[in-house]
Amino acid sequence: MSSRLQAILVPVISVLLGLIAGAIVMLVSGFNPIEGYGALLRGAFGDTFYIGETIRQITPYIFAGLAVAFAFRTGLFNIGVEGQLLVGWIASVWVGLAFDLPKFIHLPMAVLAGAAAGAIWGFVPGFLKARLRVHEVIVTIMMNYIALHLVNYLVRYVISDEQNTTVAVPPSASLKSPFLENLTDFSTLHNGIFLALAAAIIFWVVLEKTTTGFELRSVGFNQHASEYAGMNVNRNIVLSMVISGAFAGLGGAMEGLGTFGYGFIHGAFSGVGFDGIAVALLGGNVAIGVILAAALFGTLKVGALNMPIESGVPTELVEIVIALIIFFVASSYIIRYLLNRYKKGAK
Amino acid sequence: MKKRKFGLGLSMLLAAGTILGACGSDTETSNGGEENGGGEEAAGDFTVSMVTDVGGVDDKSFNQSAWEGLQAFGAEHGLEQGTDGYNYFQSQGDADYTTNLNTAVRNDFDLIFGIGFLLQPAIEQVAQQRADSHFALVDSVAEGDNVASITFKEHEGSFLVGVAAGLQTETNKIGFIGGVESDLINKFAAGFKAGVEAVNPDATVDIQFAGDFNNASRGQQMAAAMYGSGVDIVYHAAGGTGNGVFTEAKNLKQQDPERQIFVIGVDRDQSEEGALEAGGQPYNVTLTSMIKRVDIAVQDISTRAMEGDFPGGEIIEYGIEENGIAVAQSENLTEDTLAQIETYKQQILDGEIEVPSTLQ
Amino acid sequence: MEYVIEMLNIRKEFPGIVANDNITLQLKKGEIHALLGENGAGKSTLMNVLFGLYQPEKGEIKVKGKSVKITNPNIANDLGIGMVHQHFMLVDPFTVTENIILGMEPKKGLTVNMKKAEKDVKEISDRYGLRVDPSAKIADISVGMQQRVEILKTLYRGAEILIFDEPTAVLTPQEIKELTQIFRTLISEGKSIVLITHKLKEIIEVCDRVTVIRKGVGIDTLDVQGTTPNDLASLMVGREVLFKTEKTAADPKEPVLEIEKLHVKDSRGITAVKDLDLTVRAGEIVGIAGVDGNGQSELIEAITGLKKVTSGSIKLNGKELSQLKPRKITESGVGHIPQDRHKHGLVLDFPIGDNMVLQTYYQSPYSKGSILNNKEINKQAKKLIAEFDVRTPSEFTEARALSGGNQQKAIIGREVDRDPDLLIAAQPTRGLDVGAIEFIHQRLIDQRDKGKAVLLISFELDEVINVSDKIAVIYEGRIVAIVDPKETTEQELGLLMAGSKRKGAGEEANV
Repeated sequence: MSSRLQAILVPVISVLLGLIAGAIVMLVSGFNPIEGYGALLRGAFGDTFYIGETIRQITPYIFAGLAVAFAFRTGLFNIGVEGQLLVGWIASVWVGLAFDLPKFIHLPMAVLAGAAAGAIWGFVPGFLKARLRVHEVIVTIMMNYIALHLVNYLVRYVISDEQNTTVAVPPSASLKSPFLENLTDFSTLHNGIFLALAAAIIFWVVLEKTTTGFELRSVGFNQHASEYAGMNVNRNIVLSMVISGAFAGLGGAMEGLGTFGYGFIHGAFSGVGFDGIAVALLGGNVAIGVILAAALFGTLKVGALNMPIESGVPTELVEIVIALIIFFVASSYIIRYLLNRYKKGAK
Repeated sequence: MKKRKFGLGLSMLLAAGTILGACGSDTETSNGGEENGGGEEAAGDFTVSMVTDVGGVDDKSFNQSAWEGLQAFGAEHGLEQGTDGYNYFQSQGDADYTTNLNTAVRNDFDLIFGIGFLLQPAIEQVAQQRADSHFALVDSVAEGDNVASITFKEHEGSFLVGVAAGLQTETNKIGFIGGVESDLINKFAAGFKAGVEAVNPDATVDIQFAGDFNNASRGQQMAAAMYGSGVDIVYHAAGGTGNGVFTEAKNLKQQDPERQIFVIGVDRDQSEEGALEAGGQPYNVTLTSMIKRVDIAVQDISTRAMEGDFPGGEIIEYGIEENGIAVAQSENLTEDTLAQIETYKQQILDGEIEVPSTLQ
Repeated sequence: MEYVIEMLNIRKEFPGIVANDNITLQLKKGEIHALLGENGAGKSTLMNVLFGLYQPEKGEIKVKGKSVKITNPNIANDLGIGMVHQHFMLVDPFTVTENIILGMEPKKGLTVNMKKAEKDVKEISDRYGLRVDPSAKIADISVGMQQRVEILKTLYRGAEILIFDEPTAVLTPQEIKELTQIFRTLISEGKSIVLITHKLKEIIEVCDRVTVIRKGVGIDTLDVQGTTPNDLASLMVGREVLFKTEKTAADPKEPVLEIEKLHVKDSRGITAVKDLDLTVRAGEIVGIAGVDGNGQSELIEAITGLKKVTSGSIKLNGKELSQLKPRKITESGVGHIPQDRHKHGLVLDFPIGDNMVLQTYYQSPYSKGSILNNKEINKQAKKLIAEFDVRTPSEFTEARALSGGNQQKAIIGREVDRDPDLLIAAQPTRGLDVGAIEFIHQRLIDQRDKGKAVLLISFELDEVINVSDKIAVIYEGRIVAIVDPKETTEQELGLLMAGSKRKGAGEEANV
């Protein structure tokens, strides 16, 4: 079996196993899995509205997945996507509200502000890792909390007048698209999806086609050899976290300028950043894989909302099914092992 | 669609709605529905749903209370849970609000509740897009002719528990711990302070904010400081942070059962939270609770909508008069206090007392 | 004579290649049987078949005359087959005993009976003259000792047949001598040994019979007595092999590398290179002879910029290098074949093509602006693959998939092709077969003849004597002697490397 085929088979089988395990859980709990999954599919693709919602949900997942994957490729584990996303969100909204400019300047500026904020949030753990060898997992987790509470403070006392939400960003900085909304019967679908797909292409080009990507990948695989080859390992670690953070920050800008169009006080993490880890893992840390995995997660997430109402499967069970899929993806080495066993047995 | 016709008709009737709302509780019977609208909106046809915030319907707070209201409404009118009767949509994250509201619209629910102020932007947006559907927002004010905003006169209830505190304090020092400083929580503080001052001008009220609705340890620290400074009754309007206030009060009671230590609960009857045992004797540190009847509000608005009296575009305030606000029964309240609370309640109902809703 | 193991007409295929084609290997009881072949000839595959790691497509395996199916290593274990791998599989923070009993601990109730285990290990160790301290931690003992722990592991599990995969590749000359002695003890205790190797001298010294395979095909099995290294080499490579590397006299010119009063600290902060002076001229190969751990690694890392210089100066063509970054040093004309090709030499997960431009990817023509030109990269890779006989399915194959020899050839191709003024070759032929060794030596000499300076570091005295024009002996971080290879002997070098005229001291330095 070629490794390329295996790279595709493993995640597909993971997902199938997760779905089967989910079906068993539904059966045991006394629900009809066919109805359950049917409701899920209708809830994700049932009509244009749901398709719009699903695509809208895929957008931040693509960014979060790209962010995690980018760091992964350089051998770094960015758990801070959640926080980077939040600061990107609020930065883009802030710029959206603070200026009054024509759209062709204002919107790019707001989007880039999101990227910059995420990049700064990624820079800190990258710098600490490069300089002081502080493990990036610890720093990024801490940075998540700093981001959450800082963003809440900014929303309440700086950007709004002690309100729980900011005012909506003006159309000149908004990603909202009346055209797409009309097309999808008033879903919250916005132009961000195009940026997400563009980001995936940028991800691929940077990593695979540039000298910078060559260095980043090389450092990711083998720091010693990279140092031997004259690459600046520390610089690449920082750069990787900065770019990873920028992707996450862009994901936040999509929420701030698109899905919601405003910032608000978060009682807890949105979870998109953490799901991004699973998206990257399932997508094999490559651009196209991340898009496909994000599509799956978006589908599950939006479709799941329809399961309780249509088939009576409680939301908690839906969460379990999604968790099972992630479990099987994470333990894909089991599947790889079984595939190899099967391969041997066949010969 | 029948709903469209009705929606138009209903909004025209709204002018009279405010006055009618006052008597709504008296005519709250299923008969009312049949008499109205020639049977088109009879109980069998009427469907209602709610979209929770991230708390979920088992949050022991207003989501749960709202769901209980819907269930009671369903039982009263013989509705089944499901798309043909009443149902809820649970939101897992902030991004789910609009999706859930839209799904509710697509399932042709005649009335859709958004529970909690977090849903305000989403409900405004969806209401604008779905002008034919009816929405109701609990705990905040949303714009739109097809949205009813449900708020509570928390200051009235807070006034009454303030009366209780003012009468029963031994140290003349009373505390208030709020979650996050905001217009909503300020209503609690203002009413409470006025209530205390009405019966006990010598007492002082120490008003503090935790900055968080979900930080029990911070609540405990603040309570410890207050009780330490001689405060003997603390009123909290701080959600999960308030749990820490109960913890501290119970600890103090445990150490010295003779000392008077009280907490006043909020939103629902929190007497369970205050129960403890010290030296083999049962005690309860919950003096009383200021109850906010989200369930009654939900039931009431549902009934009105069913009867063709949907108060779109209005702000419906539930206070003592509407049974939306109440003081919990408690053994810790003395006869005198209960009598005084009753007196003040009547004065509020009669309009003799205007309870302030903002702090000066 | 009874055969303990018979592997008859074994065929093993991998996608795209036949690794073993109709190979027969018969092992007599009490013999040392060599399995000889170039890197990638299929030796390891054959032994992995025997050890149950691979299933053959065709052929039969008999143990003591009985046909068996070995589907996993546990079955091999039960049949008394033990394997000592080239890369040790030991848990560093564990003691010798803990490593040995791992997986089959003697129990006392619910706890491990350490006392009994240590006693057993000691007993086996003494019986076979292994002299291992059962309570020492793996991290604290030498590589040679670690290998003995691996041997003990197989013996503890009752192995009758021991397979050694390139056992001498990691050992010092002294340790090799001791290992030979261990072999003899094992045989006298009734064990049988298969020795996978490509070192002809070892075969002639210790083995009874030898089976030669070439490109996956069994060539011949013959008695070692009466054969010469030349016979074996030509059987293995399939052509005549020159042992003495042919070279003309050196013609040293101006100094290229000048090191003065160099001090370098090792990773633990202990001074490893002390007050070292060394000069390498254009057109000469200077070999550094020394026992491992006398500062060779630190010296190379200091020259190439991978390690900070504490004090002293390193000049290349008169230009100071000691404060420069690795990239600047590379650019100013230093090539480096690193000692550990997996750690430093290659990014194993990169395709061979990318590895070929590991230091030059940012230069024209491999990139323009900052966009890589994959066409040029792969063109270059193809060129080097052909020129340096790197056997790989394509330039897109991951470096990991190549055999050690081909990986090394790729590195050498990359370094030599940059045509550096100074080429540093650290252990360039470690673990390689004669064919590859010959090839690599010739390349080093070619560089010299082109007027470049070459610095060779090797633990193999043969190699140093054969290839160098000048030998610098390193001991405890200093160059203690410079000798002419034509006038020295292995004995003299061995003594110098031990830092003393007394022979015993050298052995102590090894442990």
